[in-house]
Amino acid sequence: MAKISMTVNGKSVAAEAEGRTLLSAYLREGLGLTGTHIGCDTSQCGSCVVHVDGVAVKSCSVLAMDVAGAQVRTIEGMANADGSLGVIQQAFQDCHGLQCGFCTPGMVMTTAALLADNPHPTEAEVRHGLEGNICRCTGYHNIVRAVLTASGQNMSVAAE
Amino acid sequence: MPKDGGIGESTKRREDIRFLTGKGRYTADINLRGQAFAWFVRSDVAHGRINGIDTTAALALDGVLAVLTGADFAAKGGNPAGWLIQSRGGETMKEPKRPVLAHGKVRHVGDAYAVVIAETQDIARDAAALINADITELPAIVDMAAAVADASHRVHDEIENNVCYDWGWIEDNRAAVAAAFESAPHVTTLKLTNNRLVPNAMEPRASIGDYDSGTGDYKLYTTSQNPHLTRLLIAAFVMGIPENKLTVIAPDVGGGFGSKIYHYGEEAAVLEASRILNRPVKWVAERSESFLSDAHGRDHVTTIQLATDLQGNFLALRTETLANVGAYLSNFATVTPTFLHGTLMAGPYKTPLVYVNVKAVFTNTAPVDAYRGAGRPEATYSIERVVDKMCRELGLDPVEVRRKNFLTPDQFPYTTPVALIYDTGNYQATLDKLLELSDYSGFETRRAASAAKGRLRGLGLSTWIEACGIAPSALVGALGARVGLYDAATVRVNATGNISVMVGAHSHGQGHETVFAQIVSDRLGIPASSIDIVHGDTSKIPFGMGSYGSRSLAVCGTAMVKAVDKIIAKGRKIAAHMLEAAEGDIVFEDGKFSVTGTDRAKTFGEIAFSAYVPHNYPLETLEPGLEETAFYDPANFTYPAGAYACEVEVDAETGRVEVMAFTCADDFGNVMNPMIVEGQVHGGVAQGIGQALLEHTVYDAQGQLLSGSYMDYTMPRADDLPMFTVDHSCITPCTHNVLGVKGCGEAGAIGSPPAVVNAVIDALQRGGHTAITHIDMPLTPVRVWSAINA
Repeated sequence: MAKISMTVNGKSVAAEAEGRTLLSAYLREGLGLTGTHIGCDTSQCGSCVVHVDGVAVKSCSVLAMDVAGAQVRTIEGMANADGSLGVIQQAFQDCHGLQCGFCTPGMVMTTAALLADNPHPTEAEVRHGLEGNICRCTGYHNIVRAVLTASGQNMSVAAE
Repeated sequence: MPKDGGIGESTKRREDIRFLTGKGRYTADINLRGQAFAWFVRSDVAHGRINGIDTTAALALDGVLAVLTGADFAAKGGNPAGWLIQSRGGETMKEPKRPVLAHGKVRHVGDAYAVVIAETQDIARDAAALINADITELPAIVDMAAAVADASHRVHDEIENNVCYDWGWIEDNRAAVAAAFESAPHVTTLKLTNNRLVPNAMEPRASIGDYDSGTGDYKLYTTSQNPHLTRLLIAAFVMGIPENKLTVIAPDVGGGFGSKIYHYGEEAAVLEASRILNRPVKWVAERSESFLSDAHGRDHVTTIQLATDLQGNFLALRTETLANVGAYLSNFATVTPTFLHGTLMAGPYKTPLVYVNVKAVFTNTAPVDAYRGAGRPEATYSIERVVDKMCRELGLDPVEVRRKNFLTPDQFPYTTPVALIYDTGNYQATLDKLLELSDYSGFETRRAASAAKGRLRGLGLSTWIEACGIAPSALVGALGARVGLYDAATVRVNATGNISVMVGAHSHGQGHETVFAQIVSDRLGIPASSIDIVHGDTSKIPFGMGSYGSRSLAVCGTAMVKAVDKIIAKGRKIAAHMLEAAEGDIVFEDGKFSVTGTDRAKTFGEIAFSAYVPHNYPLETLEPGLEETAFYDPANFTYPAGAYACEVEVDAETGRVEVMAFTCADDFGNVMNPMIVEGQVHGGVAQGIGQALLEHTVYDAQGQLLSGSYMDYTMPRADDLPMFTVDHSCITPCTHNVLGVKGCGEAGAIGSPPAVVNAVIDALQRGGHTAITHIDMPLTPVRVWSAINA
């Protein structure tokens, strides 16, 4: 066990962790930030996606000690300073881009990275960019609409 | 025009706030002070005799608190089957005991036979690897036909031929159906497999048992779609805990799709472990554990025959099915292939003679139970595939054949040859809407464009009906159900005029917190923002049977409206007193009780306050307070129906299928929140396309699960699917519930698989591969390629 420090959502944090502790466990158990979810054990579902130094990362596939000192952003850090929903989050709500909510934090984090990299993606680019995030509820239709809406591209937010 | 925030509006969801900000509270997120962690030890052989379990090494590991095995639960009750099925000869089905932990034998890979409880999850997992079980491996029975034929290999030692039941419906009609087939001008036969699926809700199962030795109270946090049912099963059947000493809480649940209806042994185990250790005990499944131990879905092998004349009029239909129930009977395993499947074999058609035979078979695989659609996808798939095949054999148009065999609106209520009474519907309307929305007539142009790109394009149809909104208790009881299927709601008006509604339904993605508030708001004329929906905690909600079978709105929603109407009725009495008028002169509208013909009125808020501060109040004749409960037992199932069209492109070189378009025209009766309904259809269609093209649960001959993770089990991803076109404007309101709703949660998964397969066959046939009349799901590239190159 050792104390591992990093910056999470702009705050310096430190928590005890073993060498084998995954970043996802460090966040969920070490820091009590349970917004990052565990949906699989083969690094494929994307529910655990966070940002490490600005890059989208599956936190289930990274050791906490390997990101010591890094800037980490989780779903808990995506709202505006006044607590209102950020652009991506608001787009997801407007477009009904979530149902059970379990994949949602990972979807939002992946979307943020996708749009930072490609601010005006096509539908095909969005679908390709989300292939690392599995959703069982929505069929992706409204998630794709949410991402396109968040990118500011002309897409009706009203239900069809 | 819908009222603001009322029925018919696409109100945005209030639950989104917590899910989008990481404030959801799923079972794995809950941590109780002093909690210990459980890790289940699961069989790595599909069939074996347990000779002994050596727990010494595990117990010796620092931090291990206890190890429980099947022996510790042998005196407890088994997990019961919820529906007793009678076989054709009158015998009652076989009901082998399903213990909390496997005892004596292990019967599938993943069958838990021990549990380690330790200070941390990691220690529990490490200790589990030190459990030394002496298990003599036995031959595994994996194939259903082999299981039935071989009396020597028994999943349950007392059950010969591994058959749970041999069900016929309706048995008295069998001879007449056979006679119709004898004389029919044309018989189409199709053998098909409805492939086994793993539901794979994104949240793995989890349970926390919390026993309080001071009060003797148990609390179970668990990933459930129906906390009261779970509580009843644990209390009355399995653990003997008095029901009033057990609270079950299903907090935020990350999807269910049926897999979280059932009571699982892990729930009982953590409760018992908590009692023994006097500490909370927490268990969270790994995904690979979920693959092994969650109830799987579907897994039918069916031969269906359709007898017609040469013009395609349906004369008779019969099916024979082997339905896999897996190693143990999960709670609703016995009804899914029978009364949720055989009873739908008339489809939306006026076929006069129908006979269904189903043999449920035990195998050394995970238990199989209801999964989104639960029997109705199996029925729809069989019917719509054989109809399509018949059309090809006779050279008939698939649209016109369906149209001429549809029931017509004047025929309702209609009693089918398999005993359901359809209340109302208009299948012509949804078919017409589908043809319009899918630009059916423009297909040839699109086909030519695909051909120019070297792709084969096909179009497949599916016209479906289903029975949901389950269910009338008396009817299902007469058919063998051991539970009722009513639901309940308590509407509690607070003194300050806002409202808490405690409901028996459970929301695990369906948006009840938003939609139910819309309905109450609409009925009471008060803002939805002052209405809070409470669900999931048995200490707060009245006894409801939970959410599955597309029943939340039809059954719980109706109970809720009845409770609201009781509130209004009481409000009238209070208003009459306060306004010094006769009760009959009180009008309630838009949140106000007024004296008819005058401007004298009291607001809902004033009435509410008066009920709790009853000074100007008819205390001689009316109790104070404003809280009403209603239970509602439905008069019938509900019958949503629709028409689906799928267009695919097939690359004949690789066998790869791409879904180019998917169109749905559905009749769900009245629609409360269009946005939510569309989302439900999107999700259902995605699962149906997944079944048709991608997903497959594969056991090898030794019963090892080969598709045990997302590396091998192909979940639909964003780039596997197109945008969908969905429509619910064809409305024939349900005739027997006050909201006129039919339920929409499963429709997408029911109607879509045959549309996809019909489309692929169409593409291949149009591409000149006329020998290909069927390919079994999933239509993976290798299967399509192999068919092309056969």
